[in-house]
Amino acid sequence: MAEFRLPPNSRIKKGKHFAAADGAGNVRRFAVYRYDPESGENPRVDTYEVDLDTCGPMVLDGLIKIKNEIDPSLTFRRSCREGICGSCAMNIDGGNTLACTLAIDKVKGDVKIYPLPHMPVVKDLVPDLTNFYAQYASIKPWLQARTPPPLNHERLQSKDDQEKIDEPAACILCACCSTSCPSYWWNSDRYLGPATLLAAYRWLVDSRDEATGERLDELEDPFRLYRCHTIMNCTQTCPKGLNPAKAIAETKKMLAARRH
Amino acid sequence: MSNSDRPLSPHISIYSWPITMTLSILHRACGVAMSIGLLVLSAWLINAAAGGADYARFTDVMATPFGRLLLIGWSFAFFFHLANGVRHLFWDAGHGFEKSQAVASAWFVLVAAIAATVAYWLFLP
Repeated sequence: MAEFRLPPNSRIKKGKHFAAADGAGNVRRFAVYRYDPESGENPRVDTYEVDLDTCGPMVLDGLIKIKNEIDPSLTFRRSCREGICGSCAMNIDGGNTLACTLAIDKVKGDVKIYPLPHMPVVKDLVPDLTNFYAQYASIKPWLQARTPPPLNHERLQSKDDQEKIDEPAACILCACCSTSCPSYWWNSDRYLGPATLLAAYRWLVDSRDEATGERLDELEDPFRLYRCHTIMNCTQTCPKGLNPAKAIAETKKMLAARRH
Repeated sequence: MSNSDRPLSPHISIYSWPITMTLSILHRACGVAMSIGLLVLSAWLINAAAGGADYARFTDVMATPFGRLLLIGWSFAFFFHLANGVRHLFWDAGHGFEKSQAVASAWFVLVAAIAATVAYWLFLP
């Protein structure tokens, strides 16, 4: 059921303020969610004043600068810094996106940063993605074919068939979409969420895959698929410009077509 | 393994609502409101069948400013639910999923529902 209030151990307390050094010119305030599992205290929001004149352009640059120069205890995931690994997914300025591809300039006012919404927090901006990955594994995200592969070459596809999977296969599993979805917030124990359903669709429309029927059987469930109510947050927030909502609608259409 | 001691990250309190999400929630709220309105509609029919004084008392209550406000609310809920329901039909057929289309259809449905409500109360009764 939808639980709107945060549990008592999750309510956010007032945090510390780190003022900019004297003489800093172009100061911008970053308000960052902090949680230290070893302190036994509730989460808090710390504010850091960052001099943008000596900072890279992206929100991730700001976080790295805070960690390097102001507060080394700040914890977040990051790797590629160019929007292809999905590690630095977080909630910035009220929307989920990758810290490395969002320019600080695009944010109006304070830069408010929280972990991905409605997830268990390991530390600071690091959410526990165990359930998310388990859901992804549950749809068997690999090619399933009974017929043996051709002797002298790979399983070939036409250009048109390849184009059907180009977009859904571009998903980087950053979890921005799933954690933007209110349906996923209230039912993530049973609803697969947009990222996993987009991945499921990627295999449903793969011309080489021969398990389409079984895949549809697995999805035909009031919760796994049909908790999607076309709220559209997933498509609105995807940092790669993909369209999970459309993929889910196409999956529902495939199921409807199969029944008739 | 997930650890139940871990805090839950904030969600609805920090997420900025896109128009599409706002309309989704409004759609459900209007559905609930109309379910309650159905009771009032039944009361209207029962009182109409009882006739005379009972019916007069019912219409008097609904003619008060508060009664009128409820009726205007229910008429908006009806028009909005109808218009947004058609939007959902297009979605069910696989159309209108591009971001720009979903936002444009959201505003169209909202404006259409408000216009229908205004027109209904200005011209019909």
